[in-house]
Amino acid sequence: MGMTMTQKILAAHAGLESVKAGQLIMANLDMVLGNDITSPVAINEFYKNGFDSVFDKDKISLVMDHFVPNKDIKAAQQCKQCRTFAKCFSITNYYDVGDMGIEHALLPEKGLVGPGECIIGADSHTCTYGALGAFSTGVGSTDMAAGMATGKAWFKVPSAIRFRLVGKLNPMVSGKDVILHIIGMIGVDGALYRSMEFSGEGLASLSMDDRLCMANMAIEAGAKNGIFEVDQVTLDYVKDRVNRPFTVYSADEDAEYDEEYVIDLSAIEPTVACPHLPENTKMARELSEIVPDQVVIGSCTNGRLSDMKAAAEIMQGKHIAKGVRCIVIPATQTIYKECIKRGYIDTFIDAGCVVSTPTCGPCLGGYMGILAEDEIAVATTNRNFVGRMGHITSKIYLASPEVAAATAIVGKICDPRDLK
Amino acid sequence: MNVNGRIHKYDDNVDTDVIIPARYLNTADHKELASHCMEDIDADFTKKVKAGDIMVGGANFGCGSSREHAPIAIKHSGISCVIAKTFARIFFRNAINIGLAILECPEASERIENGDEVSVDFDTGVITNLTKNETYQAEPFPEFIKDIIRADGLMNSIGKR
Repeated sequence: MGMTMTQKILAAHAGLESVKAGQLIMANLDMVLGNDITSPVAINEFYKNGFDSVFDKDKISLVMDHFVPNKDIKAAQQCKQCRTFAKCFSITNYYDVGDMGIEHALLPEKGLVGPGECIIGADSHTCTYGALGAFSTGVGSTDMAAGMATGKAWFKVPSAIRFRLVGKLNPMVSGKDVILHIIGMIGVDGALYRSMEFSGEGLASLSMDDRLCMANMAIEAGAKNGIFEVDQVTLDYVKDRVNRPFTVYSADEDAEYDEEYVIDLSAIEPTVACPHLPENTKMARELSEIVPDQVVIGSCTNGRLSDMKAAAEIMQGKHIAKGVRCIVIPATQTIYKECIKRGYIDTFIDAGCVVSTPTCGPCLGGYMGILAEDEIAVATTNRNFVGRMGHITSKIYLASPEVAAATAIVGKICDPRDLK
Repeated sequence: MNVNGRIHKYDDNVDTDVIIPARYLNTADHKELASHCMEDIDADFTKKVKAGDIMVGGANFGCGSSREHAPIAIKHSGISCVIAKTFARIFFRNAINIGLAILECPEASERIENGDEVSVDFDTGVITNLTKNETYQAEPFPEFIKDIIRADGLMNSIGKR
């Protein structure tokens, strides 16, 4: 029996000819990631168990992104602990205020993750790197600690669901709409314990930013990982970024899938996930009575350059509606600088938005945009759970940058194609 | 190994943001995390819970973020075991890795009610509802995972000590 893309990568990293779904394996890791929230727990575990060396100082990434610049004394202490650890073990890829970015935008941008690699990260959205054809999955801090010490992690080999993409996205529709549509279709546990494998001729029309956004939200369908077939778009993206040999794995023709869905990209419309689960999807047009107090454009899901471009083009020459607070957060310093160069930051500020240094801040209700009682947010982030962005009675609608920007302008949830 | 306790029951899709809200993630202190456990969906949980009590959820328990703070908060609140129809995969992994006992059992998840007194035998996977006088069979762990649990968590199983 053939193997899926994920199974092939796992087999190669476990030193096995082949693996099958359900098999328990020990795999070698190409990258172990942690942030300022999850790394302190991992570092405590690492020392508690008497480790005094890391498996490879070049294959660990520590990114201070959740509560930085530090939101309070406790957050500062946590970053200090990470900084000390990174210094002690000469961690090459330690990113702090000044050169940090939101981890899942930063690692692909820096070429720290590449096709065919096996990556774990103590952050659930580590599944983002599947966009590059890597096996990449979120784990907890203990797995991160064990990974830093040994360079290995245990996995149960997942089965897979195949999403065959056909057609082409319409203008003002992006990867966010596709993944929200899919989560709405299969549910928040629709891919539980399994891989979501994306392939088909429709891939060619999806930019790398679209793919990173889609793979990022595989976890919101419960998936172990999301993974995209490698094509010219991938190779163009990693060229000049990934300066080490990598292997491109394709699924076998006789690979077995639990389920297969055909997704017609040309049929996808601007889609919004209503409170309090990402599966509660509706068309943006159906939600025109929803009046947001705050709009957030950014995050590891939608803080990339094409997201900023989409929002800026919609806001160009316009002003956001009275009563709306709009927070824009470019995900990395490189993206931020490019936004300045292209005039997007001027556009945002002239439109009445506030622009922040890269941070996860508001997405997880950390800081930089906490919601008050009964307030409503439209956000390009990834989760709309109870209390996620603030008060437990606040509500979050998840949307694309196009929908979020149009919504900020109109003051009500809006299909960007209806914006005059 | 057996545990016995009163049930705290919740619905489907209990996410890690309600188990331990991110506003408390500026600490890794187990006791402090436990003091905020479940507060956004069950404000009185920390007052009601007694050592040994058991938590029951529906499908996809622990979905959302990878924060290990979530199983840590549950474990240090005194909960001896979590039973659910299904667990989100990162939570499942984290619970095993930190030594919080968890069992998947759709029947138990459906039948057990808030306040029931329940005992669990981890060797056999038998869950006994003492209030309703019923038993349910949970899927026992594979050997590989039992090894991690016997070593009291992943770090001990690979540890230098």
